[in-house]
Amino acid sequence: MRDNSTSAMPLVEAKDLIVTYGGQKVLDVPSIGVYQNEVLGIIGPNGSGKTTLLLCLTRLIKPQTGIVSYNGIPVLDGKSILQLHRKIAVVFQESLLLNTSVWDNVVTGLKLRKVPAGEIKTRAEKWLERFGVAELAKRQARTLSSGEAKRASLARAFALQPEVLFLDEPFTALDGPTRQALLEDFKSVLGETKITTVIVTHDRNEALALTDRVGVIIRGKIIQIGTPSVVFSSPANEEVASFIETGNVIHGVVEEQSEGLAMVRVGQVQIEVCSERPAGSRVILLLPFDDITINMPSAGSTKTSARNRFPGKIVKLFRTGSQVRVTIDCGIELTALITRKSAEEMELREGTRVVALIKAVSIHVIPRD
Amino acid sequence: MDMIWDGIKQAFVLLFHGDSQVLQIAWLSLLVSGAATLISLFIGIPLGSVLGLTRFWGRRFVVSLVNTGMGLPPVVVGLVVSMFLWRNGPFGILHLMYTPYAMVIAQFIIALPIVVGFTMAATQSLDPKLRLQITSLGASRWQLGWILLKEAKLPLLAAIMAGFGAVISEVGASMMVGGNIMGQTRVLTTDIVGENSKGEFAYAIALSVILLILVYVVNLVLTMVQQRHKAK
Repeated sequence: MRDNSTSAMPLVEAKDLIVTYGGQKVLDVPSIGVYQNEVLGIIGPNGSGKTTLLLCLTRLIKPQTGIVSYNGIPVLDGKSILQLHRKIAVVFQESLLLNTSVWDNVVTGLKLRKVPAGEIKTRAEKWLERFGVAELAKRQARTLSSGEAKRASLARAFALQPEVLFLDEPFTALDGPTRQALLEDFKSVLGETKITTVIVTHDRNEALALTDRVGVIIRGKIIQIGTPSVVFSSPANEEVASFIETGNVIHGVVEEQSEGLAMVRVGQVQIEVCSERPAGSRVILLLPFDDITINMPSAGSTKTSARNRFPGKIVKLFRTGSQVRVTIDCGIELTALITRKSAEEMELREGTRVVALIKAVSIHVIPRD
Repeated sequence: MDMIWDGIKQAFVLLFHGDSQVLQIAWLSLLVSGAATLISLFIGIPLGSVLGLTRFWGRRFVVSLVNTGMGLPPVVVGLVVSMFLWRNGPFGILHLMYTPYAMVIAQFIIALPIVVGFTMAATQSLDPKLRLQITSLGASRWQLGWILLKEAKLPLLAAIMAGFGAVISEVGASMMVGGNIMGQTRVLTTDIVGENSKGEFAYAIALSVILLILVYVVNLVLTMVQQRHKAK
């Protein structure tokens, strides 16, 4: 959705953000920008500083050092902070509705922004309708279910027609089906409005489904930022990889190097990978779960383009929906993700002898030294 | 036992016959304590909100002071106010001593810490994230304070009840700065003390019953308002 001119000025930009609580640095972000019409995801484990970053970008808290700019203009004094607040909308994990009717909740912000009365009515009606809670307008907000309350709070945010929408774990507190339905609605609204959005989440699937770019924040620092496909397939380091958890993370040492093909020793096992790392260097390998294929040892021809063949024994089978996670002990423990159907057809059980295959090009190599 | 029954019977006789003297005393009680409570609300609610919602140097000291003030002995307040309003005191020139105004001042001082304390507790009990949410909707500092007070309105009614309850029932300060002067500063509590010391127990009981009914009715109204909001 974003035009590729990275040289364009970010709509929201922060520089040299530092936040400390009780002497401990919880946020340290030298630079981050949010561009017009993009959906930027901020992902990371709990307590990594995601929410603190969002509160800084919205200037709901004041960082110890650092400047937030909006449209190139620094937001410094109380007046410019108030102006910023009147251009954005923030949705928190809790719905945080005021103790009044749903309707009053939606119109409160519009009144604060001095939107003309006629337009307030039109917008409130439109967005309550869009999020499917129009018939609840007269209800007291505190009597709503958590899903209804979240819909009301999203309607409240969109009715403000913000220039930037900030969301902090918006769907986390909801149960599965409620969450799924709302996520679908939200995604289509986001597509229609093309609103510039920053969404904080610890849910990788949410990030994959909604964002144009994701930043991974760990222990207060943005470790990697890029398109979801890049971040999820080539994590910048072990921490990112283990948070994203899309593959097996294995430590090893390069034993031989020849023309970009490196032989990495991991205990008793050798793994061939595409890497220029010289012999002797330590590396971390990421073997994506869904790039590992499972063969039966007896399966006729052994000719395959996969450089790596690891015979072993299944130690664990774990079903997740239509997929099965198969953990194989082949000197190292490897987990593969296969469809339930193939697991059934191959009659995989714990203890079954199999061969795990992976292509050298599928393995992601993260230098360790 | 007879004495108590006589007192209660007399109370109803006095009430239903509309004894002008008793009505006047009850009315003055309501007026003085009502005015003192109202003024303490005007000053105490903003003060309590600031204490509840902001952090500043010396805040703990002020909070401790307020908490101590919530149990301020009325006689001490009476003494201090007397000293200030006394003919030769700093405000003697105003000639307020032994007037209902002096009683309002004393009762205001008693009610203020109670209202401040309750407001502080009410605003502190709000979800801190609610402030962030309201701020992000585009509220200025004053608008934020106003919306938060509306959010805290139920516990704030408790502040009114506690403040009014404390001053309508206090006797020490009213006695000292008012003087229990018939037709001028005599209120229900000071009259009860007076009648009791004269041995007019029946009359004192009658006044007590009236006082209790008064307090009950005021609290009933406030409770109804509070619970109606809660029930919604």
